[in-house]
Order: sequence, then C-alpha cells, then structure tokens
Amino acid sequence: MGQTIIEKIVSTHANKQVHQNEIAIVNVDGVMATDTTAPLTIKAFQDMGGEKVWDSKKVFLIIDHAAPAPNERIANLHTLMREFAKVQNIKLYDIGEGICHQLMVENHHVKPGQLFLGADSHTCTYGALGAFATGVGSTDLAGVMLTGQTWLKVPASYKITLNGKLQSGVAAKDLILYIVGQLGIEGATYKAIEFTGPAVDSLSLDERMTLSNMAIEMGAKACFVDTTGLELPYDFNHIYGDDDAEYEKEYVFNVSQINPEIAIPHSPDNVRDIAEAIDTPIQMAFIGSCTNGRLDDLHVAAEILKGRRIHPDVRLIIAPASQKVFLDALRDGTVETLTAAGASFISSGCGPCVGTHQGVPGNGENVISATNRNFQGRMGNRHSNVYLASPATVAASALNGKITDPTTLKEAVS
Amino acid sequence: MIITGKTHVYGDNIDTDRIIPGKYTKTLNLQDLADHVLEDLDPEFRSRVKQGDIIVGGSNFGCGSSREQAPLALKKAGISAVVAQSFARIFFRNAINIGLPVIEVKDHSITMNDEVEVDLQNGQVTNLSTNEVYEGTQIPEVMVKILNEGGLVPYLKEYKSYS
Ligand code: SF4
Repeated sequence: MGQTIIEKIVSTHANKQVHQNEIAIVNVDGVMATDTTAPLTIKAFQDMGGEKVWDSKKVFLIIDHAAPAPNERIANLHTLMREFAKVQNIKLYDIGEGICHQLMVENHHVKPGQLFLGADSHTCTYGALGAFATGVGSTDLAGVMLTGQTWLKVPASYKITLNGKLQSGVAAKDLILYIVGQLGIEGATYKAIEFTGPAVDSLSLDERMTLSNMAIEMGAKACFVDTTGLELPYDFNHIYGDDDAEYEKEYVFNVSQINPEIAIPHSPDNVRDIAEAIDTPIQMAFIGSCTNGRLDDLHVAAEILKGRRIHPDVRLIIAPASQKVFLDALRDGTVETLTAAGASFISSGCGPCVGTHQGVPGNGENVISATNRNFQGRMGNRHSNVYLASPATVAASALNGKITDPTTLKEAVS
Repeated sequence: MIITGKTHVYGDNIDTDRIIPGKYTKTLNLQDLADHVLEDLDPEFRSRVKQGDIIVGGSNFGCGSSREQAPLALKKAGISAVVAQSFARIFFRNAINIGLPVIEVKDHSITMNDEVEVDLQNGQVTNLSTNEVYEGTQIPEVMVKILNEGGLVPYLKEYKSYS
C-alpha cells in the first residue's frame, strides 16, 4: 500500500513503515514551548525526575504570549523560564523577539521533512514548509524533553486540491477562512490535511504559513503544504505522496471564485462572504499574530492606509510577528506610513490575540482582527465581538470605521 | 477504574477559552485555575460543583488551544471524569496525561444532575438515573497504561521511556 506524505514523515521518525491509525513511537527533531505552556512543562519535566533535557540544541523556549510581563505573577513565570534555559543551556527568545511560530520558521529551527512538536496548538503552521508539526500539551512536551520521543497515532489524511488563481485583493487568509467555513470547526479532527494544486505552487512561504496556521481551526492534527514552488534559503528534499496513497477524503476547490471572507462571532467557522457583514461598525482593529503579522501583511495594510487617517472611532493596533519583521518594516518606511495613519505599534509577540493585555476590547465593542480565533472571550472580554479577516479587510475597515470589502475601497472612501 | 458522579451537561464545541480563558492561564497555582473554570460559559458552575462530579459534553469538547490548564482546571475544581460525544484531539491527550479520565460516547441522553457511572476498563457509561447503558470508544493501550499510572508524569517517572 502506498503512503501519504504524513505517513512517510512519521515512518522515517519511527524507523519502520507505518500507516494511518497505527500507534507509533517517534523520534522528535525539535520542541518549543511558550510562556503559557513552558512553566507547566518545566514543572512536569522536574516532576518526572528530569535533570538534563535530551538534547539542548533541540529545545526552544519563547516568551511571547504575555510579553512584556503585564503583572508580577507572569513576570515570575518568565523568570522561571529564563533560569531553566540558562541551567539547561537551551535557546530562549525573550520579550519582543517575536511569536513562537514565526521564530521557529524564520530562524530555521524547523525544516522540511522534520517532525516537530510545540506546546501550542498553532504548531501545525510549520506544515507550510513541509514538516510534520503538531501541538501538544505541557506534559507531553515534558515527556519529549526527557526522552526525545513521543507516541502518536498516525493520522489519516485529507487531500485538499486548490485550483485556479486568487483574484486580486483576495488573500491567503480569505482562502483559509473559506476552507474553514466549508469543513467546519471539527471537519478535520484527528486528521492531517495535505494541501496541493496549482494555486498552492505560487504561494509565498508567508502565505503558506497563513494557510497551514488555521488547519487547527478545523481540528486537524497536522497540515502539509505541497513544497512544489517553495523557496527556502537552503537545500531540501521534496516529499511527495505515493500515487496509490490512501486519503480518507478529497476536496477540490477553485480559488478563483473566492471573495474576501469574514468569520463572524463567535467561532472561526462562522464564515461568510464579506458582503453579509458589510457596514458593521467597529471600534478596534488588530493586525498581527502567527496568522497575519508578517511583512507582506503590513505592506498590504500600508498600501491601503498610505496618506490617509483611520476613522476617529477606531483604534488600530499592530504587533509585528517578529523583531525581524518589525525592523524590515521600519527600514522600508511601512512603520512610518502606518503610524502616520494612526496605528499603534506594540512589541512583537502575541499581543491582543490571546486576550491577556496590550489591547483588550470593551463591553459591546466590535473588533476586526487578522488573527485566527474569535471564540467568545478570546481577546479578553466575553462581552465583545471578534470578526476575523485578512489584513486588507482589517485596514480597510479601520479606515472606514465599519466592516469594508477592501476590493471596493476606492468607491467606499470617495 | 469505575467512577460515579453527578453530571454537568454542556453542548457542542466547548472550546478551551470557555473552559479557562487565556487571561487566567499564566499560573502554576492550580487553585487560580479552578477559581475561574467555565466562568464565561456557566457562571454558577463554581458554586454548584461538588468533588467527584462529571462533565458531559456534546461533540468536539475542548477544541481550540493546546492549554493543559483546561483539563487541569476541571480536575482541580473536583471533576472526576469527562464524557463527551467526541473530543478535540489535544484536550483528550492532555486530560489523560494529567490523569483526568475521559471517555467518548457517541450517543447518549444524559441530562443535568443525572447520576452516571463511567467504567473505563470496559469503555461503558451507565446513566444510573435512567438505567441506560452507553457504549464508549476504546482508547489506545498506551493511553490506558498512562491513565493507570495516574498520568504521564508518574508514568515516565516510573518507566523513563515510551518504548
Ligand atoms: S499569535 Fe495568537 S494564535 Fe499565534 S501563537 Fe500567539 S496567541 Fe497563539
């Protein structure tokens, strides 16, 4: 029987041929934990009797979820992480350096064909560069830190073929929102998603990351984006599925027909054509996160806001996905353009995405956000409403003070 | 392992943000978690819950983030098991890792305050209030072993490896 891409990657790491639904003990190439999950991981590791991590070069800690520390309690958890990193001689990315997933990819800590675990559900993002990567909890991660291994059930795969070409003004975010809307929030639970097709081949690494990032919003265990057309600054081997590989389901979408999409409160799969939410007043707008905080995303926003000023009733908050993104945007004038338009830049990291600090909405407020989740209370206030959209839609809406289709912007502002 | 308790019943897609909002997760003090468990979804839960109670969910229970604080908060609040029509993958694994029994029962008609019995060995849930028996899905052997040790920490402390 042939193998899917995911079955191939797991087999390599299990040192035996495996197929879907088998349980495999696998060697892990790298792990990471954040300030939300690392303190519990460290505690579990110590409770397991752990003294040294199995490989100090393969463990990464990131302080991004509540960074800089908003209070004493969290500050002390950050201290715990710093001390652990020092004693263990492992790499720690401190406040402002960026969001965990961006840092892992940007700094080449994860590579095509690898098996990587993160104590964060959006670890599936690394499928963008052809790795098998999945999110686990703190204790599972501690187990890897101790043994270098974990157990997993080999997921069955869904193949999603994307044909056609995205229309101008329609982004990878619109595409993934559309797919999440089609499959639903539990549409791929326990499965791996393999994206392929001509529409994928022309996507940049940034766009591929947006696509794979939200696989978890369909419950997927992992995601793999066909590496055809992928450009990386180092050599790598492409992995392809066998012709007779067994896919549990196959979907084909023509992306040419997709319009700007929006997920309305309170679930990421409440996806509508933007026309259905048009003109909803908004008070807060956010561009950032591991979904859409990269340079291209800031460029799109700057293009829309250049020489203009956001609506007086709107706060626009921007958190670049990493310090590198911030520096690039600073050097090319994007930060200036956006700040002149009224945007507030906050330090690179998760920021308002997870509702801890740096921009919590007020009661009854509507937020348009380029992030990936709009569960009730997600941004820190259960009495607010979060709409998910592309950076272009967020910028256009911030400009008009109401939800706006970026492709119709010229008419809207004149 | 047989567990009995009174039920708290919720619907489909109970996400981890509703089990424990992200703003409360940054702590190593489990009581801080228990103090805010389910507060957005069911503000009365904290005053109603008794040691040994059982949570019953619809499909996709525990979807969303990978935060282990979600099952930890439930366990610390006194919950002895979670029964649901289906679980989000990471939640399911986390629950077992921290020693909170979880069982998937595709069809059930359990209502609030029923007395139910969960038999993990045989993968069965019995509604003692109505005498109905529901068949649950068997969990992989490795998970049974972890659960029998009380979670992954005691398991790895004992065996040092997975193989
Ligand atoms: S940006 Fe948001 S979704 Fe991404 S890792 Fe941070 S909190 Fe999670």
